[in-house]
Amino acid sequence: MGYEFDFDVIQRSWVYLFRDGMTFSLTLTALASVGGVLFGTLLALMRLSSIKALSMISAAYVNLMRSLPLVLVVFWFFFLVPYIGGWLSGDGKPIKVGAFSSALITFTMFEAAFYCEIMRAGIQSVSRGQTSAGYALGLNYRQTMSFIVLPQAIRNMLPVLLTQTIILFQDTSLVYVISSTDFLGAAVKVANRDGRLVEMYTFAALVYFVICFTASMYVRRLQSRISIIR
Amino acid sequence: MKSIKFAAIAGAAVLSIAGVSHADTLAKIGESGVITIGHRDASIPLSYYDDQQKPIGYSVEICQRVAEAIKTELKRPDIKIAYQLVTSANRIPLLANGTIDIECGSTTNNAERQKQVSYLPTTFVTANRLMYKKGSGISVIADMKGKTLVSTSGTTNIKQVTQMNADKNLGINITTANGHSESFLMVETGRAAAFAMDDILLAGLIATSKNPSQFEISKEALSVEPYGIMVRKDDPKFEALAGGVVKDLMKSGEINNIYSKWFLNPIPPKNITMNVPMSPNLKKVITNPTNSPDPAAYQ
Amino acid sequence: MNYNWNWLVFFDLEPGATGTYLSYLFGGLGWTVMAALASWILALSLGTLVGVLRTLGNPVLEKVCFVYVELFRNVPLLVQMFLWYFVLPELLPPQMGDAIKQMPPPWASLVPAVLCLGLFTSVRVAEQVRSGLSAIPRGQKMAGMAIGLSTWQVYRYVLMPIVTRIILPPLTSEFLNCTKNTSLALTIGLMELTARARAMQEFTFQVFEAFAAATLIYFMVNILVVLLSRRLESRLRIPGLIGSDSSRITAGH
Repeated sequence: MGYEFDFDVIQRSWVYLFRDGMTFSLTLTALASVGGVLFGTLLALMRLSSIKALSMISAAYVNLMRSLPLVLVVFWFFFLVPYIGGWLSGDGKPIKVGAFSSALITFTMFEAAFYCEIMRAGIQSVSRGQTSAGYALGLNYRQTMSFIVLPQAIRNMLPVLLTQTIILFQDTSLVYVISSTDFLGAAVKVANRDGRLVEMYTFAALVYFVICFTASMYVRRLQSRISIIR
Repeated sequence: MKSIKFAAIAGAAVLSIAGVSHADTLAKIGESGVITIGHRDASIPLSYYDDQQKPIGYSVEICQRVAEAIKTELKRPDIKIAYQLVTSANRIPLLANGTIDIECGSTTNNAERQKQVSYLPTTFVTANRLMYKKGSGISVIADMKGKTLVSTSGTTNIKQVTQMNADKNLGINITTANGHSESFLMVETGRAAAFAMDDILLAGLIATSKNPSQFEISKEALSVEPYGIMVRKDDPKFEALAGGVVKDLMKSGEINNIYSKWFLNPIPPKNITMNVPMSPNLKKVITNPTNSPDPAAYQ
Repeated sequence: MNYNWNWLVFFDLEPGATGTYLSYLFGGLGWTVMAALASWILALSLGTLVGVLRTLGNPVLEKVCFVYVELFRNVPLLVQMFLWYFVLPELLPPQMGDAIKQMPPPWASLVPAVLCLGLFTSVRVAEQVRSGLSAIPRGQKMAGMAIGLSTWQVYRYVLMPIVTRIILPPLTSEFLNCTKNTSLALTIGLMELTARARAMQEFTFQVFEAFAAATLIYFMVNILVVLLSRRLESRLRIPGLIGSDSSRITAGH
């Protein structure tokens, strides 16, 4: 093996990697998953509604997002968002959007398509008797959904929702292509600056592994504990 | 399917109608209270990070002078300066879409780019050369036949070598990397035989590498590259103001001090001296400031 | 907006003088398809093997397969690509490492990309195979053993034919994921469709045109694969045994 390892580089850049890189990744994951679930639930409700137009728009959006690679979607939003912002704010000037906001919008919009499918399965898994009972008690659509159906749907799909969030966390590493500094981006910067590719990439892989593995073990335990026996 | 088509057409229509408004950077800065300077991470010594991840360099310093002038002009000493990292690939799109107001890096001024952006008077003149490991038997581009040549994506260099390779049938395998440090690393680890880039950037990367004596820069120059600071097109007020600052630096001779600070004295982060005396081309530009994209104007 | 549209840019010549930008993008599609098919073949073979091994009931095999699966699932695909491309040559003996590094550009990126993607996808195929196998009533396996078939024969003649038909829908989506994931190889220099769209954007500054073309092409490929697989499914469907719950939603993309 002609390569001399130098694991000191990890020690020297520890703070930068975690304070700057990992916080970016974790914050992005947290915010994008919440946003994605909210928007995804909205999409699922649209898809299941009896108004044809809403259903078609939702289906088209989900199909589009699911047929594109995430890298392409990241590029799209990176270049597109400032123009849209400028158009929305009506003054014709593209507004400035930082890397984080652009990434946040990208991941929320992209993952919402997947959360939509999960929520749709969840909503459909709640027996129709529940909805009927809700209407029978005099609740309207919004109340039935928010108080009866959605809580049960979320509980049924919680393990899958969490697994999707873990996948989201792994996907945040893709902001590398727009030169953002998430955890992987930080590791790459240190690797390039000090010429220590092997150590940094292996370390990054290890950290991701530990985080994702622990999280999925937790989800597995959660799954066995909350599964409802029918 | 129908809904997608409708949305796409509507979106395109809106975007194109939304007005071919002229950019007004000064107004934008006045409103937002922030000037955003676009900088690079590894274009030593023009625009790069020191080891506290702060952007510094020859171009960055010139831009900081421009920023001060803007503050004075708008009579707003409270305006903040924000820094945004850009890469060769996204510097022009980010300038066009408003994310940055001025790009202070190592950007070549050429006619093609002048269709999209405007340049302030040229502040540095460099040449496109090859970098390779000593003893690799390479000295001119023709030696690269059958070997791998790397350059950074989004640069004039990659476009140039691709065209040269096709026009002269040189038989080189060309590959791209995301940034200058990645390209350098490819030569260092042996994945590529040479790196085509502006000679000043090559010198900077070699000087700050672990083993500088390993590398050599070719004598053969593939082209002349004038560097200029980029600003948005169709914004005469801002361009005049910023251009005026640069011209004043040149007339007063202050530019020579800035030049020696970055090219003739030790610089952070490793206190290495670049030792690159001002080339006759640059001296000529300083006496007669120009933002011409024509390489012949700089010979 | 300070953006000038130019849809005719597709007919401009690409700097490498290989043709128009349109043919440049379609060349990228060719690389995407090649990478996807190569990885998929690797993934199917390896994944089926691992999936079957996990159901044999041997505790040691199960542990090994478990480690294998978890290892590839919990590291982001991009990080895995970097490991294969940058780290592997450094860890091998110098001669092998150098030989790998000297490979000319298209293959230098294609080989690690295919290996990485193949192994990553094989894990997901393995999971599908495993859940497919566990969906088959235990009686089938027992009946096979009872009439004297060896384990290999039971799998070959009884179980696998049913499993392949059951998991055809999820396998289709895995294949589509595999195709989409080839775009990650742009970070290690493979000039597939997304990479070429980006290169086109860098050379011509026509951001939206370049990416719109790439989007359209991916969308078309998606539709094509879905249509083909639906025809395949309808021909292979076992009456009375409706495909593995397409309503059972699992996470991922």
